[in-house]
Amino acid sequence: MEETKQDIKKPENLVYKKTDLMTDKTLSYCPGCGHGVIHRMAMEVIEEMGLEEETIGIAPVGCSVLAYEFMNVDMQQAAHGRAPALATGIKRVFPEKTVFTYQGDGDLAAIGTAETIHACNRGENITIIFVNNGIYGMTGGQMAPTTLEGMKSSTTPYGRDTKKMGHPLKMTELVATLPGTCYVTRQAVHKAAAVRKTKKAIKKAIEYQKAEKGTSFIEVVSNCSSGWKMTPVQANKWMEENMFPFYPLGDIKKPEK
Amino acid sequence: MAKVKGDIEVDIEGCKGCEICIDACPVENTIAMSKNVNSKGYHYMELINDTCIGCANCAIVCPDGVITVYKARK
Repeated sequence: MEETKQDIKKPENLVYKKTDLMTDKTLSYCPGCGHGVIHRMAMEVIEEMGLEEETIGIAPVGCSVLAYEFMNVDMQQAAHGRAPALATGIKRVFPEKTVFTYQGDGDLAAIGTAETIHACNRGENITIIFVNNGIYGMTGGQMAPTTLEGMKSSTTPYGRDTKKMGHPLKMTELVATLPGTCYVTRQAVHKAAAVRKTKKAIKKAIEYQKAEKGTSFIEVVSNCSSGWKMTPVQANKWMEENMFPFYPLGDIKKPEK
Repeated sequence: MAKVKGDIEVDIEGCKGCEICIDACPVENTIAMSKNVNSKGYHYMELINDTCIGCANCAIVCPDGVITVYKARK
């Protein structure tokens, strides 16, 4: 007997559904923005590990400032760039809780460089999710420390000139050299396979946090279709061609067994 | 008609029409943007053929998580 569509839409045939740890609010991000996927993957990991009751997330300043509206776990909003400092405090007061920060590149790599580096150097048992799209998305596409050489932004209309504006900052490689970090990796969310890998990386990071191995740091290279002035599909392609050669994906540091 | 293997359900109001799902779909001419728009003015994605295999790639890459995927089990 041939199955019709009505036969398929049944609870036992369900393959994928948005996790309940994401609220029903419509995300405030532009169409095609990687933030939504990264939010969902973080929440899926928390749900799968059964940590929804004991997780505290730290929202940054930037596009993802409203992350606490979308993630249905306990959240705290930090001052600009100070998420790792706030996470340090929370983790030290509640060592049994799972603490993660969710930061963009303007938050983590520009104004919050000191907090990030020192939290990683102290080896705080927190997980840092760092979303790198190479631009200040929220304020109108200005140059960020992570903007690629020659990349156009609203403050570098002729492309980033490294003589005047310095070189792009590889935050992930930088923190990997610190002894306090246990797991440092760079992932992406442009393809389904990459999204699955990102989810695995977040899961590992939370596991290492539970094992008290030190700071786990996940960079997710993401797109900014509005800031890059492209359609979302074009932006993902541009990211593969231009961002990945400079920001290669993969694990940079893994804990010793 | 070929046997239907998978099906999707789209939260039309949540879709922002970014088309990343169409790029991620492994079977051509399965999903496409609708000619209609939702209340925000975005064209939303919809299933146009019975060729869905229920792989959930579209749902995984969807930034807004608007796609629910079903797959017939044998």
